[in-house]
Amino acid sequence: MKNIKCDCGHVNPEGTVLCEACGKPIESNQHIDGNEKNKLLNMRYEGSARRSKTYNRTIVDKIWMFFSSVKVGVWLIILTLIASALGTLFPQEMYIPPAVDPAEHYRDEYGIIGQIYYQLGFHNLYSSWWYMLLVASIGVSLVICSIDRVVPLYRALKKQRPKRNSVFIKRQRYFAKTQDVSKQDVEKVVSQLKKKNYKIREEQGHILAEKGRFSRWGPYVNHIGLIIILIAALLRAHPFFFVEDYVWVREGETKIIPQTDQQYYIKNNDFIFEVYDENDERYGEAIEKTGEMIPSNFQTNAEIFKVKGEPLPGQDPELVKVNEGAIQVNKPLKVNDLAIYQSSYQLNEFQSMSFKLHLRDDENEESLGEFTFNMNDPKSEYDLGNGYRVVVDEYYPEFYMDDGVPDSKSKYPKDPAFIFFVYGPDIEEYEVNFLAVGTNLNPTEDNKYKLSITGVDMRDVTGLTLKRDHTLPLFMIGAIIFMIGVVQGMYWYHRRIWIHPKDGELWIAGHTNKNWYGLKRDLEKVLEDTKVEMPQDQQELK
Amino acid sequence: MAKNKKQKRLIFRSVILLILIGAVVFALVTNLKKEEEVVAVGEQAPPFELKQVNVDGEQTLNLHEDFEGKGVMLNFWATYCDPCKEEMPYMQSLYPKYKEKGVEILAVSVDATELVINNWISKNELTFPIVHDQKGAVMDAYDVFNLPSTFFINPDGTVERKVDGALTLDKLDGYLEEIVPESEK
Repeated sequence: MKNIKCDCGHVNPEGTVLCEACGKPIESNQHIDGNEKNKLLNMRYEGSARRSKTYNRTIVDKIWMFFSSVKVGVWLIILTLIASALGTLFPQEMYIPPAVDPAEHYRDEYGIIGQIYYQLGFHNLYSSWWYMLLVASIGVSLVICSIDRVVPLYRALKKQRPKRNSVFIKRQRYFAKTQDVSKQDVEKVVSQLKKKNYKIREEQGHILAEKGRFSRWGPYVNHIGLIIILIAALLRAHPFFFVEDYVWVREGETKIIPQTDQQYYIKNNDFIFEVYDENDERYGEAIEKTGEMIPSNFQTNAEIFKVKGEPLPGQDPELVKVNEGAIQVNKPLKVNDLAIYQSSYQLNEFQSMSFKLHLRDDENEESLGEFTFNMNDPKSEYDLGNGYRVVVDEYYPEFYMDDGVPDSKSKYPKDPAFIFFVYGPDIEEYEVNFLAVGTNLNPTEDNKYKLSITGVDMRDVTGLTLKRDHTLPLFMIGAIIFMIGVVQGMYWYHRRIWIHPKDGELWIAGHTNKNWYGLKRDLEKVLEDTKVEMPQDQQELK
Repeated sequence: MAKNKKQKRLIFRSVILLILIGAVVFALVTNLKKEEEVVAVGEQAPPFELKQVNVDGEQTLNLHEDFEGKGVMLNFWATYCDPCKEEMPYMQSLYPKYKEKGVEILAVSVDATELVINNWISKNELTFPIVHDQKGAVMDAYDVFNLPSTFFINPDGTVERKVDGALTLDKLDGYLEEIVPESEK
């Protein structure tokens, strides 16, 4: 490593552009920040040695150098943006119908572009390894870029001396020379600076007035916040920190709570759906305007059980109640750290249906026997008394016609249909009754008897979301630190004013990281009523 | 001194890079693990015990106890699943042959009621054991989402093969052959 010794005696690390102590441009390194002779100095990072630009030996250094480039960081962000945008071109795989083959689906729905989209793996873009690697690289770039800049910057600001090299002073943006300035005037300027909360340091008559150095750390504080947010996002991949699942529970049903290793069950005792009262004068007008009912409450009264012992899956577990209560929107019920939220519902699923048998041509439909078909626990045969019985030949919970053949779409009794065989002492073999909701589709017209629905019992279904999220506090902390960094960098300014006696003249230079107008006003105020010349903006003079 | 400083920097950079690489690897691994199947090929099939439907009286079937040392074809199905119903006759036609060779066929119905299962069984004259997973506990343990889903389990209890979707007669024959116990080959 080749250190550079400046004329002022300070030893700078290799790659330094402006001497850390006195600010003198180091001849051989001016190309790094693009400084040109006699023009203003580039004050970026105080002209400190960003080491990444100077060392490139071991593999570690090479990787470090790659990620420490802001250019690389910007490209990573651009690539991620482009990839993220492409991912929204067509639906991701999780949003296409579950039963179809994705290879065919993308080709058939979106043509050749869809096929390319699928083959490139864009249908699972956001969980693909290369996309995650891209996002992770942004994080790596953020960390290394920050370290690589904050350390030298800190060094340079700490090592700076009040006595600066004349070249440094002359090549600042705000600069002026004044002949024959009295000592009193200098003292006046210093006391004015103190009044404006500048910190004053002096070295052999050279004065450095500085304030708001704190502002320079804003971007790095901000990056720490971002990194914490990235870490939080990373942890979401792990079920210990983040879990989300869904479960439908019917009224009266006890169901396994997913994501609990079959250790917990939930029972839906009642689902409550309430609407605002249209007769209430407070709501009446609004309800009339929308023309429909407005829900006021979705609620599941639930009980939560823990499994006792370690039964095998499928064995009837012994359950111990551990919690009960009402689940309402935004008011979850907890199982350990798993919160159960109200999130959806289905009203009026069939629970049971009652039937009666009567003579087909009896207008009064006088009952000859009744039975109730319980959808949860149906029997294969019902005895109606007096020698009449009904055999359940087929039961379709969610009835539909599949090419002329009756079938069921699901196991849920949303639209049940039945084929009953009626046996009786005066029936030769049996009579077929085909019942669906609202109809009795008798296949034969010569039935003597008929089954009719006399009543139904309905139940509701509640849809519950399960959520565990230990990453939220981390997101919160990250966001707060992010904001602190933004405020720190935005609302404070790092201003420096140098007073530099030189050959009987008084040189004054000023620098700020932002808000040059504010610095100008500070200077005007400070130099008021003195003979010292107001510095000119040399950038404007050009 | 300069050398010492350089070494320090190398160590510092290496440590930071290692931490970052660690974080990236953690992210990738946990994400890929998520997509991994709960019951993967080569792993032990989770044990379970369910009520048998097509048998007189109350009887349960325990996967590991009742079929110890046998190859087991574990088929998840339901009466409302058309492709499931299509492959059932294939299973029935191969059942007697493989039962002799020490391979059992076990169908797990995830229907809501025994009534519909029994209706289907009696109309299709199925003789291999059929159990009822009314609460979906076994379906959950095997992480089955779409029907039909079939696991071919070796006599030692490890999963030999997992098939999502319907099977043809030829494929079924070949897959059953794979799980015949050594002693019967």
